[in-house]
Amino acid sequence: MNSRIIIVNVIRWFLLLFVQIFLLKNMGFYDLSTPFIYVLFLLLLPFGIPNILLYLLAFGTGLTLDAFYDTMGVHATACVVLAFVRISFISISLNRDAIDDPEPSLSYMGFQWFSLYAFLCVVAHHLVLFFLETFRLTEIGYTLMRCGLSCIFTLLIILLVEFIFYRRTPR
Amino acid sequence: MRNLWIFISRYNAFFLFIIFFIVGIYLTVKNNSYQRSVTLNSSNEVVGTAYERLNVFKRYLNLGMVNDSLAAENAKLKSQLLGLTTVDTTKDVKVVDTVTNQQYTYLAAKVVKNSITLRNNVMTINKGTVDGIKSGMAVIAPQRGVVGFIRDVSAHLATIQSLLHKDTKISVTLKKNNALGSLVWGDGNFDIKKAFVKEVPNHIKMYVGDTVVTSGYGSFPAGILVGKIIKPNVATNDNFLSGELNLFTDFSTLQYVYVVKDKKAEEQKALESLVKPNE
Repeated sequence: MNSRIIIVNVIRWFLLLFVQIFLLKNMGFYDLSTPFIYVLFLLLLPFGIPNILLYLLAFGTGLTLDAFYDTMGVHATACVVLAFVRISFISISLNRDAIDDPEPSLSYMGFQWFSLYAFLCVVAHHLVLFFLETFRLTEIGYTLMRCGLSCIFTLLIILLVEFIFYRRTPR
Repeated sequence: MRNLWIFISRYNAFFLFIIFFIVGIYLTVKNNSYQRSVTLNSSNEVVGTAYERLNVFKRYLNLGMVNDSLAAENAKLKSQLLGLTTVDTTKDVKVVDTVTNQQYTYLAAKVVKNSITLRNNVMTINKGTVDGIKSGMAVIAPQRGVVGFIRDVSAHLATIQSLLHKDTKISVTLKKNNALGSLVWGDGNFDIKKAFVKEVPNHIKMYVGDTVVTSGYGSFPAGILVGKIIKPNVATNDNFLSGELNLFTDFSTLQYVYVVKDKKAEEQKALESLVKPNE
């Protein structure tokens, strides 16, 4: 059981980063909307993961992305923020002892919870990402617009992927 | 200590977040030239502005010292300038008057003593017979205006009987119609800015603002600007008109004057002496 989760997550990591780096990196609408689907890996990490491991994974994933995007530290910081939002949201919205689902996916948690969870995490991640990229407040309108449009794009793709791999499970 | 450890481990998510976030920001700024330049620039801006403010304050505190050094420098420059002008003014400045084919030379001289408060004012200049100055030469002001005549000459000094003297009389004309007159300071006039033009023929109309120039009949060259009429057509008891005028010369601030040397003065005098008065 435990090794299965690890293998699934490793495969997911490779798959999502592969798609992100070799496909989505070249996509974008007028330099305004760029999807960052790889955050789905961090969203779908199992509930029981220790915080330190979650942060290390987020940081490592971000650094890997940074290596390919040539933006050392930007994605890593954004992923760390996402991890913090994920921990906070889960600890607020769910009773820690009552969690018996293995991972916070659409199949287990339902559309309403998962969409809110994904929305908050993605918005936090994108805000940090785009503001670190711009690194100044003078173009705040343009940055916010890029951020918002990218959030919509990323969320659409995340929900799409989740619905594709949807498994009807007894709740 | 134990409580602190419990506190940290309970909120480990937050503390880990802080640590990782700082590491991420550090990596971002360290490794990206653009972000680094922005960070450096904005911090430089902050530091620069602070230094600028401090500098303004420091400058104010240093004002006294700066003033002293400036004054010392000024004095040095002034003494140098004085040396330069003395060298320069020993040479005669030649002015060729092409209209009358008369040759005047101007010699600059420094006023070493000036008086303006007396009825009969005399000033002293630092040029004398060594520089070719003779009694009776005309003296004019640097920019415009007349000063007077050379009165007595010694080897290196000369006195000027200035216009502000009861015996000084300069032949002048109105510039617009060449009507002759005599420029005098005037009896009972103690205003150094004012003088009178007298003995203007009765049929001449003077107006306020008319320019008065030297006529060229005395030792003054023709056309030296004297002043502007401020009170025209003052009737006198004789057959002539008078006018009050504002002098262009400011006698109170006179530092340098030009002595006018007339090359043909001797010749003219000799020739005119042949004519006997009351012939």
